Amino acid sequence: MDYEIVIESIPKLLSGAVLTIEITALSVVIGLAFSIPIALMRVSQNPALWMPVYGYIFYFRGTPLLVQIFLIYYGSGQFREEFEALGLWRFFREPYFCAVLTLTLNTAAYTAEILRGAIRAVPFGEVEAARACGMSRALLFRRIILPKAFRLALPAYSNEVVFLFQATSLVSIITLLDLTGIARIIVARSFAVYEIYIAAAVIYLIVTYGILYVFRRVEHRLSGHLRERAGMDEAAPAGKGAIPAGQPAPVTIAVR
Amino acid sequence: MLDLKGYGWMLWDGVQVTLLVGICAMALALLMGLLGAWGKLSHSRTARTAADTYTTVIRGVPELILILIVYYGTPTLIQGILESFGRDVILDVNPFLAGFITIGFIYGAFATEVFRGAFLAIDKGQIEAARAVGMSKALAFRRILLPQVWRFALPGLGNVWMVLIKATALISVIQLPELLRNADIAARAVRLPFTFYFAASLIYLAITIVSMLALQRAETWANRGIRRA
Repeated sequence: MDYEIVIESIPKLLSGAVLTIEITALSVVIGLAFSIPIALMRVSQNPALWMPVYGYIFYFRGTPLLVQIFLIYYGSGQFREEFEALGLWRFFREPYFCAVLTLTLNTAAYTAEILRGAIRAVPFGEVEAARACGMSRALLFRRIILPKAFRLALPAYSNEVVFLFQATSLVSIITLLDLTGIARIIVARSFAVYEIYIAAAVIYLIVTYGILYVFRRVEHRLSGHLRERAGMDEAAPAGKGAIPAGQPAPVTIAVR
Repeated sequence: MLDLKGYGWMLWDGVQVTLLVGICAMALALLMGLLGAWGKLSHSRTARTAADTYTTVIRGVPELILILIVYYGTPTLIQGILESFGRDVILDVNPFLAGFITIGFIYGAFATEVFRGAFLAIDKGQIEAARAVGMSKALAFRRILLPQVWRFALPGLGNVWMVLIKATALISVIQLPELLRNADIAARAVRLPFTFYFAASLIYLAITIVSMLALQRAETWANRGIRRA
């Protein structure tokens, strides 16, 4: 084991980790923003709305991410003239743009499916009560359904963010110098194969559990009203457990 | 329809390798999953720690890194160890072997959680009853637990299979001629990247659809003895 090379490469690996986190953050934020209208279209009764969205979600969830990355990065080259005519080619020739675009489309599909499950899991009594108060459909979604759905979706969504974070390692295949990309370059130069890859793996591991920790804190904050008050029985914490994607989230019952 | 310029056979060859590597990896994942679940539910502290470490590490490290470690790292590690014993060997890892072992190992961690949940879903009273009629622990496991675990584990395992078959695309990175790798070669040969990657994606989609249908049938079959409202 060659420790020196590991210590020497740590600053470089960390600079790669910064790009990894940057790509993850961009895709997560844009993907989440897209996923909300997509999820709303998906739960719509109008076939003109839910059918195209269903196809989109099915395609992005049913094919490997690596194929999607190749399709957008290399595949766009087949339509270079068309893209040039539209003035879009300067975006599609950039691996960074293609990586973020693919990851965004991918995570938006998965997130929309998680949100759909959560929206379906909102107790109907709450919807009924809101309607009885005379809320319009838009207000009902904004004030009642979406906030509740977000909280129900959080455990599954934290899984999705972790998956996306790890999936960003694939962008190294289209020449981006993220954590994996940097590790591959150092390995090619130094032949310290397993030392470097294990060092990279440890960095991934730390960030992954960092993300999970942050989500657990957020979940904790958001479920404050569902927890028993201090001094009472602490044996039954509410709001725990991950929900598998695509399944309706279980509803935690408040005990007061 | 897509014009594959006579390279369709390459995709067909690739699909066969993809399915073969996927099935081998799934078999390994099932084995690792049963072992892992046994470890997690075991009374032995060592077994529990080992199983927890396994799922924690696998969950926190990208598949690509693990594939690179197994494919490029293992030979150099073994060569290094043998060198210190004064032996010079050149080791080459077969990409098929490296691919299916890594993928199987990774999805074994996911299968572990599925099996753990399934074992916990079985009514404890059944085991107590089996023990009461004088079955040994092993016999109770074989006759009572194992036949029922499949029913509870099936939806989860179906999910693992569908994610696993997509993950085999990563093995193209270590030049195993599976579906994506062959699509890549064909795309470069005729300079039609979109056509070939799109065709490959449709084949993956078809595998997913067929798997979903098969899973539905399997679930109906596994639940045939259950009364439902």
